[in-house]
Parts: sequence; C-alpha cells; structure tokens
Amino acid sequence: MIDSQLLALLLIPLSGGLLLAVFGSRSWAAELNSLMSFGTFVASVILTMRIIDSGPQVAFGEEFFIDQFNVFLVALTAFVAFTTSLFSRPYMRIEQHHGKLSVGMLHLYYSMYQMFTFAMLVALTTNNMGIVWVAMEAATLTTVLLVSLYRTPASLEAAWKYFILCGVGIALALFGTILLYFAAERLLGEGGTALLWTHLNQVKSGLEPTVLKLAFVFLLVGYGTKVGLVPLHSWLPDAHAEGPTPVSAVLSGLLLNVALCAVMRSKVLVDGSLGTHFAGNLMMGFGLLSVVVASVSLFRQKDIKRMFAYSSIEHMGLITFAFGMGGPVATFAGLLHMTVHSLTKSAIFFAVGHAVQKTGTQVMENIRGLLQVSPTVGWGLALGTFAILGMPPFGVFSSEFLIITTAMHEYPWTTPILLIALGIAFAAIFGKIQPVVFGETTAKRLPHSPALIPVFAHLLLVLMLGLYMPPYLANWYRQAAALLG
Amino acid sequence: MQIPLSLQFINLLAALLLLIAFAMLTQRRILSLINLFALQGFVLALSTFVVAYSASQHHLYYSAGLTLLLKVLLLPWLLHRLIRKLNVRWDVETMINIPTTMLVGIALVIFSFNLAAPISQLSEGITRGLIGIALASVLLSLLMMLTRRKAVSQVVAFLSLENGLFFAATSATQGMPLVVELGIALDVLVATFIFGIFFFQIRETFDSLDITHMEKLKDD
Repeated sequence: MIDSQLLALLLIPLSGGLLLAVFGSRSWAAELNSLMSFGTFVASVILTMRIIDSGPQVAFGEEFFIDQFNVFLVALTAFVAFTTSLFSRPYMRIEQHHGKLSVGMLHLYYSMYQMFTFAMLVALTTNNMGIVWVAMEAATLTTVLLVSLYRTPASLEAAWKYFILCGVGIALALFGTILLYFAAERLLGEGGTALLWTHLNQVKSGLEPTVLKLAFVFLLVGYGTKVGLVPLHSWLPDAHAEGPTPVSAVLSGLLLNVALCAVMRSKVLVDGSLGTHFAGNLMMGFGLLSVVVASVSLFRQKDIKRMFAYSSIEHMGLITFAFGMGGPVATFAGLLHMTVHSLTKSAIFFAVGHAVQKTGTQVMENIRGLLQVSPTVGWGLALGTFAILGMPPFGVFSSEFLIITTAMHEYPWTTPILLIALGIAFAAIFGKIQPVVFGETTAKRLPHSPALIPVFAHLLLVLMLGLYMPPYLANWYRQAAALLG
Repeated sequence: MQIPLSLQFINLLAALLLLIAFAMLTQRRILSLINLFALQGFVLALSTFVVAYSASQHHLYYSAGLTLLLKVLLLPWLLHRLIRKLNVRWDVETMINIPTTMLVGIALVIFSFNLAAPISQLSEGITRGLIGIALASVLLSLLMMLTRRKAVSQVVAFLSLENGLFFAATSATQGMPLVVELGIALDVLVATFIFGIFFFQIRETFDSLDITHMEKLKDD
C-alpha cells in the first residue's frame, strides 16, 4: 500500500520529465508541466495523510523511509513545485515573447523542471545515505543548465560557479558518507544495510565517536554548501540572480531545504553516537555566521533578485541555528520557519519576476512605482516583503519569535547578535523595496497576464500560519520535532 | 610480522596514486593532464581489483570493471574528443609558483595523515591504513581546482577528486553498496557531459576557455 503511494509520488515527476523531454516544444508543454506537478502534489497529500495516521514507514524493502519529518518536506516541495509551475506558465511565455528564450530552451526547461522535482523527492524519501548523495548531485545537475538558460555571459559564469562550488561541496559530503559507512560497517556488517538510515539509527549509540565527528564535519560542510551556509555560499546569489525566476524560486524555496534535511538526518546519528552537543554547536556557529554575513551584505545589493537571494542565506542560517539549538520548541520553530520561508520566498520571487518583466531590469534603482501600473504585483511584492521581514501577523513572525525566545532562554549571548542582524536586514530590505513599490512608475504592460494567484495563495497561507495554526498541523510538526530531538 | 603480498601491492598502488596527484598538480599541458588522469583511473581500477581479490569481495570486481570502463576508457576518450573539437589540444597553461603549490600540497598531505591517524588506528581490515592517502589525494585535487585557470583543467581536477573519493571508498570500507556506486558513476558521467556542453557555451560566449573571464559577478 505504502509502496504504491510512494511509487506514484516518484513516478509522476519522472514520467513527466520523460514526457516533456519528448513533447517539451509543443504549445501545451507548460500545461502538461503544471498537470504533472499537480499530480505529484496530489500524490504527496495522500502519502502525507497516510504517514500522519500511521506513523513512520519503510517501503520497497527498506530502501525508502518516510516519517513525519521528511513527509513534511515532501508535501512542501510538491506544493511549491506545483504553484511554481503555475507561475512559470505565463512567465516563461512572456520571456519567449520578449525574445529572451527560444522554444528549444523552454523544452529543456520543462523537462529539467520535472527531473529536478524527481531528484529532490528521491533525496527526501530515500533511506540510504548513499542515495541521498546521488540524488542531491542529480538535483544540481538538473538545475545547472537551467541557471545558464539565458546563455548570457553572466548566467554562464553563475552556472559554472554553481556547478564547481556545489560539486566540490558535494564531494566533501561524499567523503563524509564514506566515513559514516566505515563506522557503520563495523556494527552492521558489509553490504547493503550499513548505509540505511533506519538501521544506523538503531545502532547509533554504538557508532565510533571519533569517526562520526569527522564524518559530520564533512557532511555539514558538504551539504551546507548547498544549504547556502557561509562561507561556501557565494554560488547562491549568482545562481539566483542570473537564472530564470521560476528556477530561483524553486532553488530558494526547495533545494536549500532538501540539503538541510540531509544535514539533519546526519545530525540525529551523530548526536546518538557522541551524546554531546557537538553537532548542534557546529550548526549554531555556521547558522549564526550566515545570518550575520548575509544581513550585512544586504545593504550592498543593487540587483533585486540578488538581494532576496542573500535574504535566503539569512533565513537558512536562522533555520540551521534553530535546529542546532535543538529541543522541542526550537526544532518546532525551525520546521515552521522552513515552511513559511519557502512559501514567502517563492511568492516574492514570483512577484519580483513579473516586476522585472514589466520594467526590463533587475536593478532596483530603475524599478519604481509598481503600485501605479499594476497594483497586484506591487501589493504582492510589498506584502511578501513585510512577511519575510518578520512583521506580524505573518507566520515568519511567529517562527522568528519562537527561535529568539528559545535562544534567549538557552543561549542568551546569541540573542543580541540575532536581533541586530534581523534589524539590519529589515532596514536594508525595507529601505530598498519601499521606492520600488511606491512612487512614480517606470513599468510597462505585459503581453500575457501575469500569474498572481500563486503569490497571494502563498501569502495567505503564511498569514494563516501566523494567526492560527490548525491543531492537526501543530501536532504533525510536534511529532516531526520529536523525531529530530 | 609478515605483511601479505596483496597489502604490499595495494600500498604501492596507493603511493603511485598520490604521486600521480602531485604530477597532475604541476602538469601544465592539457593533453598530458588528461593522460595522467587516465593513468590515475587505471591505478585505481587495479587497486580495486586487488582489494576485491584479497578480501574476496565479489561486488568489488564489478566496481573495478566499472572504473576501468568509465575512468580509463570512456571519460578520457570524451575529454580527448572535446579538446580536439575545441582546438585546445596543445594548450599550455601558465601557472605561477609551482614550487609553492608543491609545498602547499605537501602540507596538505601531512594534514590529512594527521586527520586520518585516529581512524586508521581503529581499522582491522587489510587496507584501512590507506584512508590518509585517499584524503590527501582528495585535498590535492581541491588545491588543483583552486590553482587552475582553464575550464578543462578544472574539470579534470574535479574528476580526479572523484577518483580520490572512490579510492577512499574501496580502501577504507571495501566498497560502498553497489547501488550507490552505480549512482555515483552515473552522476559523474552526466556531469562530464554537462561540462562538455558548458565548454562550448563558454567558448561561444567568451571566445576562450579561460575562466578569468568569468569573474565579473560581484555584489555591487
């Protein structure tokens, strides 16, 4: 039963990728892309309900493992992938109309979009730490050609940097995985089961601490490169700024989360083996550093997509910090922040994408007065910015509030650093976005009507999470937080 | 204590691997670099084969075969084809400070031996002392990626990094599960194809494969 539900979840995007590899240049390719993403979303909802009802499950002879934590990310991934596909339908047509993209490029885009979803879902659901690595690398490979889709010098440079830096990062993660296997093999014997997370989790207290310590450092630095943690973050702003906007939205909203999921899986094992707070301390350090560096960098940004990419680094740093603190409240807050950040950031990128199309530039100084020409894009961007800056009543406020109050309680010295960094980020982003939205306009009309339903759907969800958290959802998050410890 | 012949042989191959990593670090001609990469792949395949034989791990025979096919034949062939098509076959890279690079390389080797020492002490299998060498060749490839300015040599460095990792997998753990190894091999193959596509895109856009042209993206 669980086998077939999981099979549907993985087969829909895979077959979507193959179908679009064949039919990607047809006029209805965008609709097919959305349809496949919708199918994936439905499959993820069915799987989620099943897991919440009956608890963690293994599938396909233990090769896959789904619990409340990763099914939460599966649902989030499938949902944002679906709404992004809705957004990309008119967005990519406008790009084509503006002569920036050819049919061949769109063909590549649609096919790779589905394959990217597939790779992320495999990375999330697999039980094998080796396959996690393989799928993460596959996710990079599917997006690298999308970052360079426009073939401009800047986009090529961004894609090359993305490829090389993530390649190096992920190579370090592979070394960490090998060390993990080295430690596990002594307990679980050679062969297939020694990399299965469920087996490792059962014997984690017996895993050799010295090896696991070293393995975790490699895994954190490796997957941390993909999360966008400082100091290996420099690929992220480039890739987000130069790639097409739907790709920026899914990279920021989804891929970073998936990489963090891999880190969390390793952390659970290391905590069990060491019995100390070593992994948590490392994560807190990297998280705090990322928050500070990213918020200071925000001031220097002139490109609107680059600025929101730095904001993603800041928020991923905050989530890493929260998970690093550990404990039920901080982990709960981290999960909530993951959700609201994904939803808000992708909504912002949708609005930004259309704003850039209307003005023909990504330089903020030249984007002015969006509200005058198109109130919906303007309000979408303004509300999204309010939400991401942690204004009540949006959900980002609740999660940041929880993170900071926990930090105050557990690690008081971090609170001023966090508050100052968040304050700087607020001043930088608000100061730059305010004239973009209000004031005299520079925008033009678009040849296709923009897709704004996803923007407001996401913001509405974030608002709802800020005002009222359904008990069903709260219970689910609590269960997931308990699994992470 | 008598060291078994197979272990001596593996140790010899590990030393060769490290030597080739150093040779690649300082090799300036692109053609020779690719040949060195193929040689590294061959040594890797041979050592995997010896481990497979001495530890009677049957799935390692497949890995050895896969390595031979992929890293000695297919990837070097692809790279040769690429540099012929791109007309960079006889290119010589200007590199500054080879002696300094070598010294940094030696420091990296010492560092990785130190880092791996506590792990090596834990090992009881025949080949487990070699993890330091594997880590050293991984770090040397990373150093090579940092010092190179040509796109092709960066990619060769990337691939040789993967060789080092593969050596870690066979020497420290007697091979990862086959499904993982197959997945990794597939990723490497696809990555090489994408790199190939990139070479042409970069050449078309910048008229050169020099990545110094690609340092324009800054924060302001």
